[in-house]
Amino acid sequence: MKRYSVFAVAREALRYHSGWERAWRSPTPKRHYDVIIVGAGGHGLATAYYLGKNYGITNVAVIEKGWLGGGNTGRNTTIIRSNYLQDPSAAIYEKARSLYEDMSQDLNYNVMFSPRGVLMLAQTQHEIRGYQRTAHANALQGVETEFVSPQRVKEIVPIINLDGPRYPVLGALWQERGGTARHDAVAWGYARACSAMGMDIIQQCEVTGVRVENGRVAGVDTSKGPIDCDKLGMLVAGNASVLSEMAGFRLPMESVALQALVSEPIKPCMDVVVMANTVHGYMSQSDKGEMVIGGGTDGFNNYTQRGSFHHIEETVRALNETFPMVSRLKMLRQWGGIVDVTGDRSPIISKTPVDNIFVNCGWGTGGFKSIPGSGWGMAELMATGHSSLTEAFTIDRFKEGQFIDESVAAGVAH
Amino acid sequence: MLILECPYCGVKAEETELHAGGEAHLKRFGPGSSDSEFHDYLFMRENPKGVHFDRWRHINGCGKWFHAARCTMTLEVFGTYSAQTFEPPQDIRDAISAKRPDWTWREFK
Repeated sequence: MKRYSVFAVAREALRYHSGWERAWRSPTPKRHYDVIIVGAGGHGLATAYYLGKNYGITNVAVIEKGWLGGGNTGRNTTIIRSNYLQDPSAAIYEKARSLYEDMSQDLNYNVMFSPRGVLMLAQTQHEIRGYQRTAHANALQGVETEFVSPQRVKEIVPIINLDGPRYPVLGALWQERGGTARHDAVAWGYARACSAMGMDIIQQCEVTGVRVENGRVAGVDTSKGPIDCDKLGMLVAGNASVLSEMAGFRLPMESVALQALVSEPIKPCMDVVVMANTVHGYMSQSDKGEMVIGGGTDGFNNYTQRGSFHHIEETVRALNETFPMVSRLKMLRQWGGIVDVTGDRSPIISKTPVDNIFVNCGWGTGGFKSIPGSGWGMAELMATGHSSLTEAFTIDRFKEGQFIDESVAAGVAH
Repeated sequence: MLILECPYCGVKAEETELHAGGEAHLKRFGPGSSDSEFHDYLFMRENPKGVHFDRWRHINGCGKWFHAARCTMTLEVFGTYSAQTFEPPQDIRDAISAKRPDWTWREFK
C-alpha cells in the first residue's frame, strides 16, 4: 500500500496522477480462510482490521453481497456521540468515539472526523430529568457531557427557535466531543487497511448457506462457491435474522426501515449536530452545505430499504418548528436503510449456539457511531473468546433479565 | 405507503390510520411455562424476508385489532383477516400460495 501524504500528492501532481493505485484489491475467493466476516460494512471491516492489527490474524475474508459500505454504512446520518445511560453502552460507544479521534492517522485515510459537538434538546420536564440523569451517569463513566441552559443552547445554535409552538427548548444535553465523520470514508479507509494486511475483500458475493458440522461452523456457501473457515463473524445488520436462520439459530430482533434525507446545499449556518427527540427530528450540516436530516423508524417489519412518507413529513414538520429558517429549503433526496432492533435497543455482540460463529448485530439506529468500538470488541471476542467490552451484550442477557435498556438514549422512536 | 383493508369496517386504510402491533399469532406463555418458552414468547420474533403475518389496529377508525398477511420484501398485501383466530385462515393461505408457492412461516406452509 502506498501511503497517502502531502509528498504523494506532490509526486503525483508532477506525473498527471498516473501513479495512484487501487485502494483495495478485488481477489477471487480462496478455498479456506481462518476467519470469514460476512458483511463489508463499517462493523465487518472494522472487525477484520482489528483482528489483523491487534491479534495478527490476517488470513481473513470479508464477503459482501452488494458493494462495500452500501448498506447502512452509506445510509446513516454520520452522527458520533457516546452519551448513553448504561455502563456497558457508554463504555463501547466512548471507546468508539475515542478511536474516531485518531482514525484518520491510524488508517492513513481521511475520514473527516469533525468533533463539532452534539446537542440533544430537552423539550419536556420529563426529558430534562432524563438528560440530567444521563449527564450524571456520564460523569461517573468518564464520558464528558454537560446539561446546558436554553441560553447556552441559543449561543451554540443561533438559528434555533427556543419558543416553538408546541415544545419550548428547556435545556439540552451537550457532548462537545461528539460530532460527525464521513461515513463512506470510514468503510473505504478500513477496507484499504485490511487489503494492505493481505485480507481478501470479496464484493458481490452473497452467502446462500452456512455449513455446520457437529455443532461447529465449517464454512459458507456463496454465490461464488463454497468457502471453508475456522471462525465465522456475522455483521449484517438488518439481515442478521436471515443469516442466523441459515446457521440454525434464532435472534431476538426485528428489522424495520429508518429514513434520512438531505436538503439542497446552503451556506454554513449550523456547526453542531442537533437532535430534538420530543418533536422528533435531528439535523446537521454536511461539509457540502446540505442539511442532513433524520427521523423515526417505521413500526412494522420491512426489508425494502425505503420507508413511509408520513415519517418524513413528521420529521420535517418537527424541524420547521425548531429551525424556522429551514422551511423554504428544497429537499434533494431521501433514502432508507434496514435497521435491526432488539427488545432493549442495545446490540448483540456474542458467541452463538453454534461453535465458532460470532454475531454482532442489533445496533438499531446507533450503528455508525459505534463502528470502531464494535470492531475492536468483536475482534477481541473472536480472537480470544472473551472481551470485557462486549461481555454484557450476549444473546443470553434476555433470558437472564440483564437488559441494557437504552430506549431513551437511542433517541429514535421505535 | 401500506394500505390495508380493515376486515371489520371494510375501510381501506393507509398506514397513518393504523397502528402496527407486531408479530401475529403469538402464543402466550405465563406462570407454569418453562424459562425458554417464556423467553421465546417475550423476545424471539419471526423476522422473515418475505411472507409475514402481523397484527394491526385500526386506531383512527373502528379501533379494532386485526391480522394482515404481507410480504416484507415487496410490501405486497395478501389479505387481512379477523383477530379472532389462532392461525391464518385457509383463504389467506391460498392467496399467498397463488403468488409465493414455496412460502413458509413458523409451522405454516
